[in-house]
Amino acid sequence: MTSLFSSPEDVRTRLAAGDYLSDGHIATTVFLADALGKPLLVEGPAGVGKTELAKAVAAATGAELVRLQCYEGLDEGRALYEWNYRKQLLRIQAAPEGQEWSDTHDDIFGEEFLLSRPLLTAIRRTEPTVLLIDETDKTDVEVEGLLLEVLSDFQVTIPELGTVTAARRPFVVLTSNATRELSEALKRRCLYLYLDYPTPEREREIVLAQVPEITEALAEQLVRTVATLRALDLKKSPSIAETLDWARTLLALEADALDEDAIARTLGVVLKHVSDQTRAAKELGLPTAESV
Amino acid sequence: MALLDRHVGFLDALRGAGLAVSLAEGLDAARALTVLDLVDREAMRAAYAATLVKRPTHRATFDTLFDLWFPAAVGDGAGGPPAERPDPPRPNLREPDPVADGMRARLFDLLLDGDEAGLRQLVRDAVATYGRSPASAPRQTWSAYAVGAALDPRTLMAGLLRAVLAGQDRGGLAERTARRTLEDRIAALQDMITAEVRRRLAEDTSAERVAKVAVRPPLEQLDILRATRKDLAELRRAVHPLARRLATRLAVKHKAGRRGRLDFRRTVRASLSTGGVPVRTFHRPRRPHKPELVVLCDVSDSVSSFAHFTLLLAYALREQFSKVRVFAFVDNLDEVTAHFAPGVDVGDAMRDLTSKADVVWVTGRTNYGRAFELFADRYPEVIGPKTALLILGDARSNYGPLALPALAKMADAARRAHWLNPEPHRDWDTGDSAASTYDRVVPMVECRNLAQLAAFIEDLA
Ligand SMILES: Nc1ncnc2c1ncn2[C@@H]1O[C@H](COP(=O)(O)OP(=O)(O)OP(=O)(O)O)[C@@H](O)[C@H]1O
Ligand SMILES: [Mg+2]
Repeated sequence: MTSLFSSPEDVRTRLAAGDYLSDGHIATTVFLADALGKPLLVEGPAGVGKTELAKAVAAATGAELVRLQCYEGLDEGRALYEWNYRKQLLRIQAAPEGQEWSDTHDDIFGEEFLLSRPLLTAIRRTEPTVLLIDETDKTDVEVEGLLLEVLSDFQVTIPELGTVTAARRPFVVLTSNATRELSEALKRRCLYLYLDYPTPEREREIVLAQVPEITEALAEQLVRTVATLRALDLKKSPSIAETLDWARTLLALEADALDEDAIARTLGVVLKHVSDQTRAAKELGLPTAESV
Repeated sequence: MALLDRHVGFLDALRGAGLAVSLAEGLDAARALTVLDLVDREAMRAAYAATLVKRPTHRATFDTLFDLWFPAAVGDGAGGPPAERPDPPRPNLREPDPVADGMRARLFDLLLDGDEAGLRQLVRDAVATYGRSPASAPRQTWSAYAVGAALDPRTLMAGLLRAVLAGQDRGGLAERTARRTLEDRIAALQDMITAEVRRRLAEDTSAERVAKVAVRPPLEQLDILRATRKDLAELRRAVHPLARRLATRLAVKHKAGRRGRLDFRRTVRASLSTGGVPVRTFHRPRRPHKPELVVLCDVSDSVSSFAHFTLLLAYALREQFSKVRVFAFVDNLDEVTAHFAPGVDVGDAMRDLTSKADVVWVTGRTNYGRAFELFADRYPEVIGPKTALLILGDARSNYGPLALPALAKMADAARRAHWLNPEPHRDWDTGDSAASTYDRVVPMVECRNLAQLAAFIEDLA
């Protein structure tokens, strides 16, 4: 199997070239998933860059991203493949008089009538592919069983067509918010990466990369303040996405420092729950929303 | 020790500490090492972590053990022999100690810059110099305490703050942020000291021995009845996703099918385009009804940390259910729902509750019978056909009445009822425990730790 990356350092530089700032731990884990040909399960709170990591790997390697978005009620027909009944039926009705049923049958279970869904699509591709199975924890346990099957030997059996084996294994990333524990079996198949909120140093780099107009001093203040907010016991801690929104908002308001006033005016950008805002205002000694 | 022995020993230690490392995962780890540059210790750590550690709560245990089996240095490390220290060392007495003063000056700058590598080196030197406990003991031993006393980082705080703030306002946000940053660095420093002392201890004895005392069970296996304050804070974070999950599990009425009821009209209409054959069926969206929940928890002292935990659970559930009512009891019963209003700080709620709720009547010893009867008597309308009833307690009624009929009536009125008991199953029915008796009325499960709570939630059909 050809590898996408030559070393952890290679992962790091190439992801950074696409403005995804990793660290040694992330880079090594991505490198290993590729080198060992194992799916990578990325878990962590919302907005820490799990989905983005898969996209960044695709972008850095010129691979195509095939995405399976999971949700409650997702089934095999949506995840793997489905027969296009409608088209098949029309084909049956249009069958020339006197055609043998077995011929018609062969016809309608051909390629033309197959609706390929992300898992099958990814397996059949011959070009480099990143398969992103996003928010795996939202699915039901049965789908997990299906994933386990597909990810174990990267092959799919379609009774009418035979077995399709991956010509080239996709780089697989599964993400989860850990709203439920994924099965031990699935976890055993995967390499595991826990993405937590970044250190202030790394977050500052992310801010500078994504919002290049911002000054270093403001970025520094911003990530320190966000870290302070995360230390409070909030309902929803601010994510990287919210830090970035905050940076953009401050730029738009032409604020050049993050003082109490600027924070009080823009707190809604980072904290979405009113109770969290109240809490933060109290803990940080901010002027209350009404007085602004 | 050869790398292979070390590898095997490390896996054993992880398993001993409660991490379920499978054979296949062990092999994955070994394979991972073959594609990496083993000079890079952090890459090695990442390789082991990625292949063996699949829960965030196991990470701390993993790191402790990794540092013991793959130490960052040997002996005094690259820095050479330790600095001469005054003998006997009495860093906590107010005697001039130029060595300690020098280290503290270095520490000041390193904390100010947040220089991690520098801090590591300093810790290594400080432990080499001050960590050895007096030679009088027959065997050399190491202590973090003396190192902490020599460096005494807390006393540097005021000066550090002054340096960071450099004339900015005190008391404002800037100070708060600076203080937090510095406190994080000092906490990290203390962890480094502990790890370094463990490394030296392991070198003198063995990694296995140090591992035995250094490692705590992972959070989800921690016995809730033995949780400390700090554990409870961590549990609180872990309980939220579980509450969300519990709510969805309780909301699923029947696992009839993925789709809702057939939408007959739409299906027929659509079939017209396929010659009247209903090729595609349409279904009404399933309407998951938000369930109602009634929680009764025993908050007596015998289960105080469990009570704390269950109240956390109740608090988390509060946000997930359309209607939650929480009742606490010891030998009296009181509704405490109001303490859990949305947006209320859970810490405040706990304090409030213990001081204000009227849960103690005379004895202050749990009286389940009285609690159930009071509930049936005072709140007969609270449990309806849409309600899930959750009882939390150890079923130890101090040999008092059990009020089985009252409980049976409550259970019958509810859509479903469950009892979570924090005691190990083997202790049920010993002494004054009425576990089995109650179990016959409301199905009871052992719930001593997060893992069991999660399992209970997943088993809800
Ligand atoms: N390491 C990073 N470098 C650059 N940008 C990042 C990084 N991590 C996160 N981001 C930014 O944060 C945003 C949110 O990340 P993403 O959507 O991947 O989060 P997520 O972890 O998938 O969250 P969710 O659990 O809500 O799906 C991204 O759009 C990206 O702009
Ligand atoms: Mg995502």
